Amino acid sequence: MPSRMRIVPWLFLAPNLAIIALFALAPVLINVMYAVTGTDNLYPGERTFVGLANFRTLLECGNYFEPATCSRDLFWRSVGNALVFVPTQVAVMIGFALATAVALNRDIRARGFFRGIFFFPVMLSPVVVAMTWVWILQKDGALNGLLGLVGFERVSWLADPARAFRWSIFVTVWAHMGFYTIILLAGLQSIPADIYEAARMDRASPWRIFTRITLPLLKPVLLVVFILAVIRSVQTFDEIYVLTGGGPGTATKMIVQYIFDTGFAVMPRNYGLAAAASLMLGVVLFVFTAIQMRFARPGGADA
Amino acid sequence: MTAGGAHAGGATGCRTPSWLARLAFAVGLLAPAAVPAAQPETITVQHIHADEAVAVRKFMRENPGTRVEFRQVSFQSLLESLPVQLASGEGPDISMVADWGGLSKYYLDIRPYIGAREAAYFERQFGNILGPMRGGDPHGNEIYGMAGAVTLNGAFVNVTLFKQAHVELPPPGATWDDWAAAARKVARATHTEMAMEMDRSAHRFASLALSYGAKLVDGQGHFVVDQGLRTAVEKFVAWHRDGTMPMDLWGAVGGTTHLDRFSDFMNGNVVFYFGGSWSLFLMDRNVGDAFDWKVVDAPCGTAGCVLMPGGAAMAAFRHTKHPELCARFLAFLAREDNMREALARHANIPAATSLVESGVEYPNDSERVREALAAFTRQMPNVPRQAYVFQGWRYQRAALNSLTTRISQILTHELDVDTALAFVKKDVELAIEASR
Repeated sequence: MPSRMRIVPWLFLAPNLAIIALFALAPVLINVMYAVTGTDNLYPGERTFVGLANFRTLLECGNYFEPATCSRDLFWRSVGNALVFVPTQVAVMIGFALATAVALNRDIRARGFFRGIFFFPVMLSPVVVAMTWVWILQKDGALNGLLGLVGFERVSWLADPARAFRWSIFVTVWAHMGFYTIILLAGLQSIPADIYEAARMDRASPWRIFTRITLPLLKPVLLVVFILAVIRSVQTFDEIYVLTGGGPGTATKMIVQYIFDTGFAVMPRNYGLAAAASLMLGVVLFVFTAIQMRFARPGGADA
Repeated sequence: MTAGGAHAGGATGCRTPSWLARLAFAVGLLAPAAVPAAQPETITVQHIHADEAVAVRKFMRENPGTRVEFRQVSFQSLLESLPVQLASGEGPDISMVADWGGLSKYYLDIRPYIGAREAAYFERQFGNILGPMRGGDPHGNEIYGMAGAVTLNGAFVNVTLFKQAHVELPPPGATWDDWAAAARKVARATHTEMAMEMDRSAHRFASLALSYGAKLVDGQGHFVVDQGLRTAVEKFVAWHRDGTMPMDLWGAVGGTTHLDRFSDFMNGNVVFYFGGSWSLFLMDRNVGDAFDWKVVDAPCGTAGCVLMPGGAAMAAFRHTKHPELCARFLAFLAREDNMREALARHANIPAATSLVESGVEYPNDSERVREALAAFTRQMPNVPRQAYVFQGWRYQRAALNSLTTRISQILTHELDVDTALAFVKKDVELAIEASR
């Protein structure tokens, strides 16, 4: 290719690259700048260089398994919560999404209607979702109202740490399951029907068909769904913030809420610490994204 | 004038080509249109009450040639957006400020624009507010603004439930323990769901802490963990453990989330509610004659019967292009007649010394609200200096946020009292360090 021609693809890419640099790369660099500087001043010029002090503050810990021994215990409590929340929520999410997709892939009555119903929560604002569940779960809410009709005592659904944690998982699954269901449904529909016909002619049981045909052929799509669900789960913030505020205590406080609280919700605002925490979270998300890109390549899933 | 100039030029003998004269004449005619008309000095004022626009209109009538743009914002915006706007050199010229001392570095000192007599008037009327607005600087004498009204934490009691339970209301001077015992007795006798509730706000908790002798902040601007604070926390936790207070407020959410359940009081589900004077409107409008209620004197601890002051002051900011006009507007708001009008509009407690002494008429409010306001105003002189010092401390928000979070952690058994208080101190120290 003549050297003059080599520049042409870059010319076409330039607008996109400029936008990415402006809206993705520049914020990351600004974040790095905040992470290595101190004071509550917003203007970079008025901030003082502190090196890695913010990272040291976050990582200073007597025993990482005992958050109360850490300098920033709330950060480690949120990390601990995320370590339980993410695997549980992702497993429940994918399990329900897969079951729903399989059900919606069958020739059932009003299939289009049900597909719409399951996708509907995805279109709602996370705050609307959370507010709706607050109205349902609060002490004078709809759930206690219904239970009261059949003689049950009112329960504080969100005042008990373990219960609030389970409800947080449920609400986030309810809100996002439809998105993954649609992806899995598309994957199911791409599996050729003649493979199923052949299996049925061989008198394979439905379970055997599911485990030996459906799941293996759905594996690439499942991997994408898994990675997307993990990334989304690590980033969980808005629904839980509105639902429980991260409580009771810190039972449902997640990493993004820690960042938000530190950088924006308390005075004086500790932009440096919040930026350091968000960079650490960014590294985790980068790893997951890299894994997803690795598997998204043709033949990647088989690697 | 330009055309005249051209003619004058002609009169001195210099011949001007006729087309040039015509052009000059045309330019002369257009010139006044090209020069922008003198713009009135314009400042922006923001407030949480829409009817504060009444004062703005009155100011403009009294000060022709000036323009004040009024902007209504939420209280949340004062807490969250205003600090960011100010940090970036933006924002209104004058605003209500909830964090009196925390934003002091952005305030405009209006003394150069108001004269010595007016400055003395500000000191006399708003002495308790001006100190905290200086960010706890004991040597400062800047005048950063004013507050026509303050809010006070306060105890609301369902008198009807007391009557039904045949329990006497504890007299003025009763302790927090007396009130807790009486409220439990009433709740049991009347099958009321909850005996006591307190807003999930460390500001409300600070009233309890100061009553038991907590200092909260020392002269060097550091958070103090002392026996007074420890006693208050232990009592507060004990009331949650024994069911005097429900877990649904402080125990049900996390972080710094502000939560109130004043609706419980309005629905007759709680005997004693510790909230704030700003709820009077709600009470009057929603409860009406459904039951009798009253605002009682502050419950006492071993060190006093303390109600934390709060609310918002009005301050002008350094970035304004019209400092003189800002100062004039604040002086206008500080005038006694204007403060009386504003207080009557919002049914607020006066902050100015002269109005606390003389009292304020509230012609638009019910007898019950007037009584409640009188009860609050009566307690204004009892607010200790330490309460104002804490209110104006630059790191008060950091302390309040941490207290709310850590007390909730004790309630959910994540931390014990000692560890929680050690974390509060550490949180505040980190906040101080981070802002340097």
